[in-house]
Amino acid sequence: MDQLTHPDSASDISAVEVNRVSKIFAGEQEVRALDDVSVSIRRNEFFTLLGPSGCGKTTLLRLIAGFEPPTMGTLQLGGRNISRLPPNQRPINTVFQNYALFPHMSVAGNIAFGLEMLGKPKSEIAETVDRMLRLVQMEPLRNRRTSEISGGQQQRVALARALAPHPEVLLLDEPLSALDLKLRKEMQIELKRLQHETGITFIFVTHDQEEALTMSDRIAVMSAGRILQIGSPRDIYERPAERFVANFIGESNFLDAELTGNTVTLRAGGRFEVTVPDGVADGAVSVLIRPEHASLRAGEPTGKEIAAVIENIVYSGDATAVHLRLGTGELVKVRMANAPGSDDALPGLGGTVAMSFAPGAITVLKD
Amino acid sequence: MTDTSPPFAPGDLEAEAARQDNRRRWLLSLPALIIIVCAATGPLLVMVVYSFLAPGDYGNVKWEFSTDGWVGIFLQRDIFDDTLMWADAHLSIFWRSLSLSLITTVTTLIFGVPTAWFIATQPPGRREFWLFLITVPFWTNLLVRTIAIQELLRAEGVFNNILISIGVIDTPIQLMFTNFAIAFGMTYVYLPLMVLPVYAAVDKLDFRLVEAAHDLYAGRWTAFRRVILPLIKPGIIAGSILVFIPSLGAYVTPRVLGGGKNLMFGNLIELQFGAGRNWPLGAALSLMLMAAVMVSLIWYVRVTSREQADD
Repeated sequence: MDQLTHPDSASDISAVEVNRVSKIFAGEQEVRALDDVSVSIRRNEFFTLLGPSGCGKTTLLRLIAGFEPPTMGTLQLGGRNISRLPPNQRPINTVFQNYALFPHMSVAGNIAFGLEMLGKPKSEIAETVDRMLRLVQMEPLRNRRTSEISGGQQQRVALARALAPHPEVLLLDEPLSALDLKLRKEMQIELKRLQHETGITFIFVTHDQEEALTMSDRIAVMSAGRILQIGSPRDIYERPAERFVANFIGESNFLDAELTGNTVTLRAGGRFEVTVPDGVADGAVSVLIRPEHASLRAGEPTGKEIAAVIENIVYSGDATAVHLRLGTGELVKVRMANAPGSDDALPGLGGTVAMSFAPGAITVLKD
Repeated sequence: MTDTSPPFAPGDLEAEAARQDNRRRWLLSLPALIIIVCAATGPLLVMVVYSFLAPGDYGNVKWEFSTDGWVGIFLQRDIFDDTLMWADAHLSIFWRSLSLSLITTVTTLIFGVPTAWFIATQPPGRREFWLFLITVPFWTNLLVRTIAIQELLRAEGVFNNILISIGVIDTPIQLMFTNFAIAFGMTYVYLPLMVLPVYAAVDKLDFRLVEAAHDLYAGRWTAFRRVILPLIKPGIIAGSILVFIPSLGAYVTPRVLGGGKNLMFGNLIELQFGAGRNWPLGAALSLMLMAAVMVSLIWYVRVTSREQADD
């Protein structure tokens, strides 16, 4: 890999630079899988492409890997244009969604493949394979065929195989989607650990918002071939730019409001100071309130509180979700953490409560 | 199984049920057994018996024990002093059969694998169309197709005319009645038998594995050698067997394209049952061909399965 790595001094250069890339699949019906996408992925970053299926996240990953050429735009790796480089000349490795392990090779054979292709000396290959097997805790199964090991083990072999040549960037295409919940949670932690230990830039594709929030340094939310928002998990969750982003990540309440300056007036009542995102003009807007950012109190509303009628109460152990109807007919869901003895703090169904919001709980959306 | 049976069921009841089951199984497999005995094992036994008899004067056999049939495969008796010597004619025919069959297998591989690859990588709707085209020749009689090849190869045929018109040669070259003609004809005839199993293997190939190979720094040729080839090997082996075995025993193609001189194994056998009036020798030759095919198949399976275990 030595000829492919570059001096660390250029740490301000992003690892991967996607510059105005479009991908159009020609056919009976032209499909615009990526539409003018630009994103700059930093070095040593755990970057996640998040979106529903068909949003173009896998296409973007395949473009970075080199399996497809971009129709328009350029891809740069460490400042070098790689748009036309075939996949075998890019110091980028992929963990495929279904692992794509070579069925005619052993576990160790799979891991050694990339190193052999790079023409590494035998001793170095053996050493790296041993290290990788230890890293993913697969040493006892090194001589097994890949068809003889479980899904979680295959997943780990796929990871070791992609990490063995020590690529500059590791691409992961929904690598956890085939695993059951418990194993998935374990692997999420495992992946973070590996990323930390290897210092490799990870680009992770998923449609699972929780996975994205827990693992990523930054997330790009995609829809219909476009990137809607790029930001830290907290940014994305607490300050979504658009209704789609808010809706896709976590649970959301959308309320109608009127914006004047930096004050919103909810149609249901109450005036609040807000931070107004760029490109939002005064007038009718939608605002977002996360269910856990609102709180309820028995009694009549005063001041900035809003009156709401309880329609349903759903208890789920650690929290209780309360479904409410506002005076405007708008429905709101509020989730409250369950503290000991909090069970009869609220009136029953049909009762009226006062709803209040934590500071900064109200986010004005662009659309 | 005893732990799952109800406690009140005595063991001999179970045994009786098993016996009945067994009887029913035999009864149901009777039609298959009859076909196997009448159509395969029986005729084979007749051949074995005939190969140890003496030839009749006008074909058929005389019912007296003789090993002349088997001896005659490799050796021939001098007409005048009864000394045994190598049957050079037979040996050259064996050699021709073997070499032409190998050549046919290799050429069908060279043309068949890319063809199968091409078809398997077409969009799903179009694959059936190409497969259909591959199977079209099967609808026509083999003899007719072989005679059509004569039209290509003869002195005033298509090949010679083209070669003369583009100035490669001045006078027609002899293509008919050569080993080339036989190999050409057999390649054409057996090509679908190579294409179809290789197609099935390529069709099953997971192309993400090829992408994975490229992703792990393999170039096109290395990806083919290290990943694609091992994965489609079962199809290539099946195709090679399907081409090689009928090539060894080919009759029509060498007869029509090879003329009277370039005999192959099948023609030699036919000769013994026809003009040669030596049925025991014909029977012995047939059995030897069968034995040779079986031995080479067993060897092949052994070698390939050991290779897989080594991997």
